[in-house]
Amino acid sequence: MKTSNKLFEPALVQTALKQSFIKLDPRVMVRNPVMFTVEIGTAVMAYVTVYSMNHSGQGSPVYNFIIFLVLLLTVLFANFAEAIAEARGKAQADSLRKTREETPAKLLLANGKTEMRSSSQLRKGDVFFCEAGDTIPTDGEIIEGIATIDESAITGESAPVIRESGGDKSSVTGGTKVLSDEIKVRVSTEPGESFLDKMIALVEGASRQKTPNEIALTILLASFTLVFIIVCVTLKPFADYANTTITIAALISLFVCLIPTTIGGLLSAIGIAGMDRALRANVITKSGKAVETAGDIDVLLLDKTGTITIGNRKATNFHPTAGLSPNTFVDACVLSSLADETPEGKSIIELAGTQGRPHTNKAPEDSVFIKFTAETRSSGIDTPDGRRIRKGAFDSIRNIVQKAGNPFPLDIEEEVKAIASNGGTPLVVAENEKALGVIELQDIIKPGISERFERLRKMGVKTVMVTGDNPLTAKYIADKAGVDDFIAEAKPEDKMNYIKEEQVQGKLVAMMGDGTNDAPALAQADVGVAMNSGTQAAKEAGNMVDLDNDPTKLIEIVEIGKQLLITRGTLTTFSIANDVAKYFAIVPALFIASIPALQSLNIMGLHSPESAILSAVIFNAIIIPILIPLALRGVAYKPIGASALLRRNLFIYGLGGVVAPFIGIKLIDLAVGLFV
Amino acid sequence: MNTELLGIIATYLLTVILAIPLGIYLSKVFAGEKVWTDFLKPLENGIFKLSGINSKEQMNWKQHMKALLTINLVWLVYGFFVLLQQDKLPLNPDGNPGMTPDLAFNTIISFVVNCNLQHYSGESGVSYLTQHFVLMFLQFVSAATGIAAAVVFFKAFRDKTTTALGNFWDFFVKSITRLLLPLSVLVAVVLAFNGTPTSYEGKDQFISLQGDTVHVSRGPAAGFIAIKHLGTNGGGWFGANSAHPLENPSYLSNMVEMISQVIIPIAMVIAFGYFIRRKKLAWMIFGVMTIGMFLLLLPTLSSELGGNPAIAKMGVSQTTGAMEGKEVRFGPTASAYWSTVTTIISTGSVNSMHDSGMPLTGLWQLLGMMINSFYGGCGVGVLNYFIYLIIAVFISGLMVGRTPEFLGHKVEAREVKIAALITLLSPFLILAGTAIAAYVFTNHSGAAWAVQPKTWLNNPGFHGFSEMLYEMTSSNANNGSGFEGLGDNNVFWNVSTGFVLLLGRFLPIIGPVAIAGLLGAKKFIPESAGTLKTDTMTFSLMTFAVILVLNALSYFPALALGPLAEYFTLFK
Repeated sequence: MKTSNKLFEPALVQTALKQSFIKLDPRVMVRNPVMFTVEIGTAVMAYVTVYSMNHSGQGSPVYNFIIFLVLLLTVLFANFAEAIAEARGKAQADSLRKTREETPAKLLLANGKTEMRSSSQLRKGDVFFCEAGDTIPTDGEIIEGIATIDESAITGESAPVIRESGGDKSSVTGGTKVLSDEIKVRVSTEPGESFLDKMIALVEGASRQKTPNEIALTILLASFTLVFIIVCVTLKPFADYANTTITIAALISLFVCLIPTTIGGLLSAIGIAGMDRALRANVITKSGKAVETAGDIDVLLLDKTGTITIGNRKATNFHPTAGLSPNTFVDACVLSSLADETPEGKSIIELAGTQGRPHTNKAPEDSVFIKFTAETRSSGIDTPDGRRIRKGAFDSIRNIVQKAGNPFPLDIEEEVKAIASNGGTPLVVAENEKALGVIELQDIIKPGISERFERLRKMGVKTVMVTGDNPLTAKYIADKAGVDDFIAEAKPEDKMNYIKEEQVQGKLVAMMGDGTNDAPALAQADVGVAMNSGTQAAKEAGNMVDLDNDPTKLIEIVEIGKQLLITRGTLTTFSIANDVAKYFAIVPALFIASIPALQSLNIMGLHSPESAILSAVIFNAIIIPILIPLALRGVAYKPIGASALLRRNLFIYGLGGVVAPFIGIKLIDLAVGLFV
Repeated sequence: MNTELLGIIATYLLTVILAIPLGIYLSKVFAGEKVWTDFLKPLENGIFKLSGINSKEQMNWKQHMKALLTINLVWLVYGFFVLLQQDKLPLNPDGNPGMTPDLAFNTIISFVVNCNLQHYSGESGVSYLTQHFVLMFLQFVSAATGIAAAVVFFKAFRDKTTTALGNFWDFFVKSITRLLLPLSVLVAVVLAFNGTPTSYEGKDQFISLQGDTVHVSRGPAAGFIAIKHLGTNGGGWFGANSAHPLENPSYLSNMVEMISQVIIPIAMVIAFGYFIRRKKLAWMIFGVMTIGMFLLLLPTLSSELGGNPAIAKMGVSQTTGAMEGKEVRFGPTASAYWSTVTTIISTGSVNSMHDSGMPLTGLWQLLGMMINSFYGGCGVGVLNYFIYLIIAVFISGLMVGRTPEFLGHKVEAREVKIAALITLLSPFLILAGTAIAAYVFTNHSGAAWAVQPKTWLNNPGFHGFSEMLYEMTSSNANNGSGFEGLGDNNVFWNVSTGFVLLLGRFLPIIGPVAIAGLLGAKKFIPESAGTLKTDTMTFSLMTFAVILVLNALSYFPALALGPLAEYFTLFK
């Protein structure tokens, strides 16, 4: 479900504005120590404003009131940032949830009859029935039947998909529509406990837990806040020593300007926006931590089929043995593949068609089709006129040929080797135990995939291709696609072992999977992304679910995780760097009256002490809304190597953070100077 | 080129040339590799046997810190009572009195913590016995304590994952037998041959040209002065410290003392790199520290060589620079160099009067002590630097989109919490200490104390503020130098700085060692292209920025009211 990507939709802004005030509740604010101290400062200023109405010594009530107002705005801006991030996440989740509002369900009773129920009445373990035209009432697993299903409500993909019982594609999602056939589905979650419900709760804040990095950063920011409390409190006796009176307004302004309000105000918005970005990529995360961990991934396990190559292998060439006419060979190939329902078999017939040998005829009546078995590793056809055509793996066909006492042609053997070393799969065809030639099957590597792997390599992520192919073929494709390593002839436990080995070395591993036999590996991986089409077990085991079933999604997830950390880091740097200019605005303003020589520190040439302090707090307040779009979108991640990235961000947000407030405060002062 | 400048350039180059092999040697000593001083092993084994210590027993970071704190407490108690009773004990030819409890409290703490604040004067405040068996003894063991703590920290990063961080007593004893003792003998011999006294006799006397009888204190001073510098202690035998003609008789002895106070701090950085087999990291750290030192030294030189406008107004020409409070045999250049190195590393010995320096010189000296890790004290300099480094690692790790890690270990909430606390500690002690002093001075100046607060400052105003700020900063940095205009031998200053000294010593040792211990026990993560390397120029720049910004933000208002206000007023 794609929703508008506009940052500030009017409806959302309205909710967020309301929330900004509701969040002023100190019990909520205390979760954010930096902004909580600003709120206390605001309260003190409210008192000072009233006090200064009939007492002297604390400046004019109007000035105090303006400071109070600016501080209040600072808190509101920070609340707004969090609220708008929440509202956007919620809107995104709601649009997904809408697809699963009350739908009628045909509950299957023990006696085999069906009864109409509302979807909300379904409990885990109930079995319901769906036929063509029905909307699936809730998440579940098909226990009987096969159906084509329109999942566009969830994935936005209009092509229908096939879901069937038993296999790795047995999961159905509430809100999707059955297009043909009928299925029996067992409900897999209690109402309100689906992944989507969990995700919504995460965004809404009720169960939002701070991620490890967020906790560490909060500690650091709190300690900076404490340092500035010390700086401001001790300034009072220092000023007394220097015979200077500092008003409470000036002291609180200095304090609020110094503490890292910019990052403090945007911190939770950044975290929520990270999950929201994942959701926009149609990935449901089970925790904020999973998104963060994704940014740290060192090793990415990718299935070859569907991720690196397009679907299945395709026939690309016919190689008849010497002396055999190509047409005879192609016809034999076609005949052997007529009953072959595998994608490879279909592709042989397609290829024959492009070579002018369309299969006009059906197989002769009374033909016997020999199905592929793991034992014979070949398939074929026996026609009534006595032709026995077999196609299959090289060694199995050679066995058949040589057992019958026929020689196996040398040129076929060479061709087989040539194909295998080119990453292709050779299929040898024989008729009546005589080898005819080889069909070449090739994997088609997805366009643009090697660029993506290059990008991952620059991020420091190692890519590993997992395939059932033999090592030779696997190596060829791995080289061609540009992955760093591969696991050939992979069994489910191989994946698991590979993950464990990497983890022993201290690396973080991500993988994507769908089958039940992937579940242990998904659970073992640091980031396990289950496909939405996958089995319930797989979805439970992973920590993310991809609604699009798109195996390349992992790459996006890694970038979202990195973006999240980068945004926090750069805004922290920016926030702290800002303080330099604020000092140069406020410190001279505090002492100029009694120590005129400190005018030399007023390097910005600010109008008056009052305007200097006011400009600094105004700058401090408005920088928060200015940076909200950046916090929500995230700072762009560029895979240019860690040091280069640090240089770049240090330059933009560090140096920029030092320079920007000098300009900003000066400009505000020019405007404020007209009134003060 | 100006000979005076050449003098300090030669001094610095000699220091580095000597420190590099010393650092490599130290890394081998503490790694237990073969070195030529192994002939001292029997001596060490004898010490261990005598003390019933198994020096092979591996300790984790907590056991290390327990050992460190216990032995320091023993020295503290022992020294306190000896100082109180020194008048009744032998080796007191001048008949100096016992210390008052508050002075003894301050003195013993300041020597245990490698600070040597010295609210007494060596000539009249202590006996030869206490100079030797309390103060000089502590100069050795407090330096060795710092070095041993640093080695524990090194050890945490030598292996991939480990909690076995060697044996504290082993590191501690070797710091003395293999490093401090041999070098001290060498330096003491050089000083003795240059005229520093080494006699156990009491005061000498002569009749000056004016006809006055002058009493000249002496004593076995050369050894004391050697370890005072090598161990970055800084406490002088005589009250005037290394400005005293017997403590620092010539330009040559001045060079020797300047070199000997800087070599171990630099050698420890080199040793770190060789010990953990990451030489490049050590050179980068050395680079940051060196640039930091020059950024403090160059403006100090310029402000001292520029002379004082107040004197210029009187029509006095100052071709050699500002000479107030300086020794003619050293001149402003060597004095400026000394004042920089003695404040960036935590020696705190002086060869000129810091109180008489130009206002900006005071600013750079204060900043050097606030940062306290441009080389820094014996062992503790590296530890202090590590705290800044962890903060830099954390912020820049986030900036490149990865959970921050240092040398293959993830830096998480617990480590950040410790680093944040230690970062917080310095501004807290310095600013709160100065604030209390300023409060007492302003509001209770006439309090009926033995020394009335209003008499503390011989120069109220901005400079007086700097004097108080300097005293607290020096205590927190365990530096020990003073803006001597402050009347500091009274209950308020003795007790308040005593506590600042204790907290400013042990927490910044425990913190970094704890972080290192925690990190060392964590899983080792191999480097990848996404890992932020800490031995690059970019990261060094980041660390430098963190050091600068953290300190500037913490102390800017205080510095504005002290040295900056004085400077702008003087040069207006």
